[in-house]
Amino acid sequence: MAGLELLSDQGYRVDGRRAGELRKIQARMGVFAQADGSAYIEQGNTKALAVIRGSRARALPDRALVNCQYSSATFSTGERKRRPHGDRKSFEMGLQLRQTFEAAILTQLHPRSQIDIYVQVLQADGGTYAACVNAAMLAVLDAGIPMQDFVCACSAGFVDGTALADLSHVEEAAGGPQLALALLPASGQIALLEMDARLHEDHLEQVLEAAARAARDVHTLLDRVVRQH
Amino acid sequence: MASVALSEAEKVYIVHGVQEDLRVDGRGCDDYRCVEVETDVVSNTSGSARVKMGHTDILVGVKAEMGTPKLEKPNEGYLEFFVDCSANATPEFEGRGGDDLGTEIANTLYRIFNNKSSVDLKSLCVSPREHCWILYVDVLLLECGGNLFDAISIAVKAALFNTRIPRVRVLEDEEGSKDIELSDDPYDCIRLSVENVPCIVTLCKIGYRHVVDATLQEEACSLASLLVSVTSKGVVTCMRKVGKGSLDPESIFEMMETGKRVGKVLHTSLQSILHKEESLGPKRQKVGFLG
Repeated sequence: MAGLELLSDQGYRVDGRRAGELRKIQARMGVFAQADGSAYIEQGNTKALAVIRGSRARALPDRALVNCQYSSATFSTGERKRRPHGDRKSFEMGLQLRQTFEAAILTQLHPRSQIDIYVQVLQADGGTYAACVNAAMLAVLDAGIPMQDFVCACSAGFVDGTALADLSHVEEAAGGPQLALALLPASGQIALLEMDARLHEDHLEQVLEAAARAARDVHTLLDRVVRQH
Repeated sequence: MASVALSEAEKVYIVHGVQEDLRVDGRGCDDYRCVEVETDVVSNTSGSARVKMGHTDILVGVKAEMGTPKLEKPNEGYLEFFVDCSANATPEFEGRGGDDLGTEIANTLYRIFNNKSSVDLKSLCVSPREHCWILYVDVLLLECGGNLFDAISIAVKAALFNTRIPRVRVLEDEEGSKDIELSDDPYDCIRLSVENVPCIVTLCKIGYRHVVDATLQEEACSLASLLVSVTSKGVVTCMRKVGKGSLDPESIFEMMETGKRVGKVLHTSLQSILHKEESLGPKRQKVGFLG
């Protein structure tokens, strides 16, 4: 994309944000009455819905089984997608979400049962993993399932020596390094860390720091949403 | 389809109530639940709509793409339907579980639109035999609370009303090769006329009477239903009987009459809501799922 600067000289990004600034986040819990727990989140133009159903009887004798499915609507991306779920990317996202939530949910308290987390992306404008984790976390809280701590996620990238927080689709498509981070804010523990593309080791700390700071900001916002609910 | 387990006593209660024209939530046999319609919910589509009818929640997105017309109809564009039953609705739809229901609904939608008058397909043609607009109508079923077909058809009509297709010009140069030029102004677009787009009215037979807009519990008590697709003028474009039980011909005629009557009322209220929303202009507050 010739002529499109991801970070201008004055420090502004394509959509007018500063390097460490998050997009506008709006969230709501309890969207669907029939599900055990549900939540909806909008991070800029990325919209995600999460629904929790539990606990069905399952085999694991000492802890709960967490099952995640990620699905994105066919109209969510700019180019129409043929299959909403069942392709490799959705499967991989499902596994990543599962890993994140197994770390955060106190599974020992629900042995022999299954917790299903279904995430649906309605509009994808970058940061879909982060939006999904945040929506699913609110849904788990809405369902009343005990969690060790909040899980907040954010994406980060690196352009021209500066770390950018909360990437939009345009910034992701530009091909720079992208880091997705899921953090448990109170303890500072990382539930999931994933990075694409090449990044010099010296810069990793800076990007990680930016992502962690953004995740903590997300935590403050979501905490407020939960308290209002 | 999502089903709910009912005891015998509950079924008897529902059936007896319906005989007296009184349903569990206080409605009469011909009353719809409160329907909430909102358009332009998803911004990177050409048109979208969300319909919430009791516990049934449907989101429809329409994307307009350029393609080649079908061989047997070179002067027209066409519509493609795809229905995704999301696992959000019931856990049975996880993985490929929702595909059967999705295909059934998509086939019904194809049938009700399979006539010359529903949508003006000629307006979708850009240059005959070469380019036309294809409208991909994607239905996402988020929550299942009974009466899916009606809600889906209302959402499809609202989304088509909301669809804005960019205006294109075909430029021919000397060698005869054509070039498509998209207009520069993003607000310069063609809108579809949805005057003749039909809506489906589902009539479920419970006992000796039939009800409109059945909830999940009422659907569990009914053995047979009739799907009637009605336009705003009362013209029936498609009719289908679903369910394990059988219906006798007189009740089919009665149900069709009720369907036409209820359908006309449904169309008038839907048109008035859509025009009211449209008149609020681009400054209107978009609620979406946040409200």
